Formats: sequence, C-alpha cells, structure tokens
Amino acid sequence: MIGALAILLMLQLVGEVAVRWSGAPLPGPVVGMVLLFLALRWRQALPDALRATAETLLSHLSLLFIPAGVGIVQYGSLLAREWLAVVVALVLSTLITAAVTALVMQAVIRRYPGARQDE
Amino acid sequence: MNRIGDIWVYLAASPLLWLSMTLAVYLAGQWLFRRSGGRALFNPVALAITLLALLLLLTGTPYTTYFGGAQFIHFLLGPATVALAIPLYLHWERVRRLFLPILAGLLAGSLTAILSAMGVAWLLGGSPRTLLSLAPKSVTTPVAMGIAEKIGGLPSLTAVLVILTGVIGAVAAPALLKGLRIQDDAVKGFAIGVAAHGIGTARAFQISSLAGAFAGLAIGLNALLTALLAPLIAALLPFHSMP
Repeated sequence: MIGALAILLMLQLVGEVAVRWSGAPLPGPVVGMVLLFLALRWRQALPDALRATAETLLSHLSLLFIPAGVGIVQYGSLLAREWLAVVVALVLSTLITAAVTALVMQAVIRRYPGARQDE
Repeated sequence: MNRIGDIWVYLAASPLLWLSMTLAVYLAGQWLFRRSGGRALFNPVALAITLLALLLLLTGTPYTTYFGGAQFIHFLLGPATVALAIPLYLHWERVRRLFLPILAGLLAGSLTAILSAMGVAWLLGGSPRTLLSLAPKSVTTPVAMGIAEKIGGLPSLTAVLVILTGVIGAVAAPALLKGLRIQDDAVKGFAIGVAAHGIGTARAFQISSLAGAFAGLAIGLNALLTALLAPLIAALLPFHSMP
C-alpha cells in the first residue's frame, strides 16, 4: 500500500515539475495520470497492490472534496447577495452540460456505428 | 482556565480535531446514505459539508483553522487524480473504440459548461468576479482553482462552486440521463464526469465500473480542455481586465 502510494505521489511530483518546467497549461496530477496510464500500457500489467490502493482511494473520492467544500463558510455575504444567480447558474449549467455531452456523444455513436467496431 | 477550556485550546491549535471530525462526519454521511437505501438526495458530501459548516459557525472556528487539519485529506486529491489512470487502463479497449464520440462529447460539454454557467449568472445579475469564478466550475478542484486564478476569479470561491456543481451533478444527472433515455453506461459516465468531475465520478462508480472509468477519463480531458478554453473565453469578455 505504501509502495503504491509512493508511485502515485511520485508520478504527481513528476507531473507538477514537468508542468512548471514547460509552462504547459496542464494540471500536474493529470500529467501524472497520463504517465501512469502509459506505464501500465507499456508493462501490460497492473500490480495488485497498486490496484487495491487506487480502488480504495477512488471509492472514497467524494471524501477528498469535503475540505474545499467547507470553504463555503467564507462566502456567506457574497452568497447572500448573489445566491440566486449562483444557484440557478450552477443547477442549470450542470444539468445542461450533462445532457449536451450525453446527447452529442450518442448522436456521434449512431452516426458512425463503425466507430464502435473497428478492431 | 478550566479543564475543558484547556482541552479546547489544545484541540484548536492541533490538526487532529478537524482531521478526525472530517472523517467522522463523512463516515456518518455514508452510513446515512446507505440507511436511506442509496437515495441520491442524501448525498454524503453535501451532508458532511453542511454539518461541518454548522460546527465551524457554532464553535466560531475560522476556516483556516479547519483547513489546517483537513488539508491532509484535501492533499489526497492529487494522488487520486493520478490513480484515475487505472480504471482508464482497465477499460482502454472500450475508450479507444469510442474515440470520436468522446472527442465530440467533450468539446460540446466543455464549452457548454463554461458558457452556460457564465451566461445564466450574467443574466441574473452576477458580478464579474462571480462569473469568472464560475467559468471552470465543472473541472476538478485543484485545476479549477488554478484556472480561476489565471482569469481573475477567486480560487477559493471557485473551489466551493466546483463542489456544489459536483453535488448537483451527482444528485440530479443520473435521473436526467435516464429521462433522456441514455442507456450506455459509457455515455452516462462520461457525461456525468464532464459536468460534475470527481463527485460525479464517485456517483458514476455506483452505476458501474465502466461508467466510473469513463467519468474518470472525462475529469482528465475536461480539465485539459477547460484550462485551454476558459482563458480564451474570459479574454473576450468586456469587463475582463488583464492581470
């Protein structure tokens, strides 16, 4: 488990350094994700410990957002002023985004059924 | 000073209290979520945030003190993002076959997320700073904060908006997609991931491992694309002043 955590942290570290060094507009952890993916594809194998640690971490992904979410206590006055704009924008935009993404994706799948079958 | 006062002084200065409170409240939220039969309305994140926010207000604890303890959990967002490579690796064949639909859905979804959030808030009289903080709201927290900073929003406000977005998506998006007769778990997962990042992904993993993998893929891709699009869109706005 510690070994797996070390791998994840190390790849994040490499990602953060690469992003800062190159000035690319990419988030460091996402670069780390791409690196891990490439390493797994190259090795064609997924170590059990890494799989178990990743599954634990991902099954509690929502826990990791709580500390930032509690930051809402700092914005009482802003939300009191603009709550309507913020709430309506968040609800509408989130639902429209999910609907547009799914419908466009499904339309393309239907239009190009071959996209599902090549190889 | 009485004894309880002494203990409080110790706890208020140590990361221990708010770190363990965050875990305890999360576990309680999960318990309640399971007890309710997995009803989406009892979203564990929303419950936990509400409870913790009330606790902070009641005890008069500043957010910075809370975050001093809770940052250890917040920090794990980085390695968890790296770990998203694993479901992606496991479902790679499926992802490769859906390459074109993924690209089309991502482009449409990413643009919709930015423009609709800013547009609706603008129509309802949101201030420029709020609009800029809203732009990256569908992107995972650390990335969204970086984008907000770059375009002149408030990163810590963006973090809150991102979490609220995730909760809304996790609660309402699966039912919406069902209403739209989307049956493919890959499409469902990807749409939830584009709209509602990691909190949506946690929900997508409850639909199926395939939905979770596609949601995880969407987090990474939408983070990349929004990081490119949001600054371009912000630069076009009349009130945008260069930093």
